[in-house]
Amino acid sequence: MPPFALTGTKLRERRLAAGLRQADVAARAGISASYLNLIEHNRRNVGGEVLERLGDALGIDRASLAPGSDSAVVEGLRNAVARADSASEAVELDRLADFLGRFPGWAGLMVALDRRVQTLERAVETLNDRMTQDPHLSQSLHEVLSSLSSVRATAAILAETEDLDPEWTARFHRNLWQDSERLALGAEALVSYLDAGSATAEQGIAAPQEEVEDWLRSRGWVFADAELAEGLEDEIAGLASSAARQLAAGHVAQAAKDASALPMPAFLAAVGETGPDPFALASGFGCDPIAVMRRLAGLPALSAGLVLCDASGTFTFRKAAAGFPLPRFGAACPLWPLYSALGHPLQPVEAVVEMVGQGGGRHQVLAWATPQRPLGPRGPELRIAGMLILPAAARAKPGDRADLAIGSSCRICPRAECPARREPSILS
Amino acid sequence: MAQHVLLVEDEPNIAEAIRFLLSRDGWRVSHVAVGDLALAQIRSDRPDLVILDHMLPGLSGIEIVEAIRADPDLAALPVLMLTARGRDRGLAERAGVDRFIAKPFANADILAEVRAMMGR
Repeated sequence: MPPFALTGTKLRERRLAAGLRQADVAARAGISASYLNLIEHNRRNVGGEVLERLGDALGIDRASLAPGSDSAVVEGLRNAVARADSASEAVELDRLADFLGRFPGWAGLMVALDRRVQTLERAVETLNDRMTQDPHLSQSLHEVLSSLSSVRATAAILAETEDLDPEWTARFHRNLWQDSERLALGAEALVSYLDAGSATAEQGIAAPQEEVEDWLRSRGWVFADAELAEGLEDEIAGLASSAARQLAAGHVAQAAKDASALPMPAFLAAVGETGPDPFALASGFGCDPIAVMRRLAGLPALSAGLVLCDASGTFTFRKAAAGFPLPRFGAACPLWPLYSALGHPLQPVEAVVEMVGQGGGRHQVLAWATPQRPLGPRGPELRIAGMLILPAAARAKPGDRADLAIGSSCRICPRAECPARREPSILS
Repeated sequence: MAQHVLLVEDEPNIAEAIRFLLSRDGWRVSHVAVGDLALAQIRSDRPDLVILDHMLPGLSGIEIVEAIRADPDLAALPVLMLTARGRDRGLAERAGVDRFIAKPFANADILAEVRAMMGR
């Protein structure tokens, strides 16, 4: 439907709402009643000075009458219909402009309600994940209960066994001390977790890794090289849990190594020449592509996301990119090129991916896995895999088709027929 | 000869307390800390009773019970499970656990359950 249809319908609805006759409004605007009638029925385009005079006659801001002024609401209504699945078949999309013109308040309310539904769905996903999959909560409770069981059993033996020989007494006293220490640490972790969760409501920032990521987010994911040299000890000391402080210290130490291998001025100059290509940059600097990915993810201008995982596929670092939501708990979509790289170390994996579902978008992703043997050639092989997530425009051409449709995780992915699906979606 | 109880528990201090308790009560007690080793130990030692923790490294307590019940030679072996989580009870019951004790347990409860299961 052409944009002017909205304007004519809006003029008619506002006139009727104000209880004015066509002839009166036409006279005030200096046009004939028959011409206004044509405009109101969307049979004549209207703009410029005539539209301004009609706006004045009806006491309406001209901007709200301009063609396209309701485009955000129209888009919002279309999105609401798209999300309504089977119920959307009964919606008269061909009369959307008419609906918006006649009932702008109701239309705005529908869009607001749809946005509210999206927010609540995200909260449901978060809480569902937290209740069913939160490994930190489960582990913390297990630690506390195990320590408590041991303390209770040992203390009862000490209190109730009158003829306990000194060797056993000493052994149980030592056990009691160990378990009380463990209980204190477990309780501290649990309290930190619950405090953080209640303070951040729906976001539920809590687990140590999330606490560190929240800290990094508050810094814009950026460390100046000079800050790294100083170690950021004061900031790290401000984190709530000892586990988070330990993770943060490790992250800063790694960032300092990356900064040493890829000094910022030279790195920026190289990025300017080659673009954000971690493989070319790694080759140029003679370093691991994952170090380059970490460095690129810290460049604010790039708006890049980054995920790192170990050989089990467990995330060790997450920085989301716009339109590429990352699961908070559990495993991600098995179609991610990150996992292809994990299975084929030292081989670059590159793809344009389309993230399906709410808020998804198209991205260029570049993945790589590096095997490591920290205990020497006979020790176990570890792997670290990384996937740099770039806005599609950074490398892919606008006309390029996505190589692969992917999701965030099965639990919140709408692709019912996906061959890689491992569990039903909670949104279906 | 004293009847034999095999304790499968990965927390060393809990295991030490239970071993002490049961030994003083007249039971012969052996212990493994890793789920993967439990089945081999059961097959070689033929204990009269198994006390299993639910969450173990390697095979979980549930998986061990399932394997016991699936083996005709072991299927009748009495199993007492230590568990911290209520929702695990349904799983454990379906797997074939005879009795439960919730953590944190009282020593008297452990002794009472073992005596009852062994007909003392």
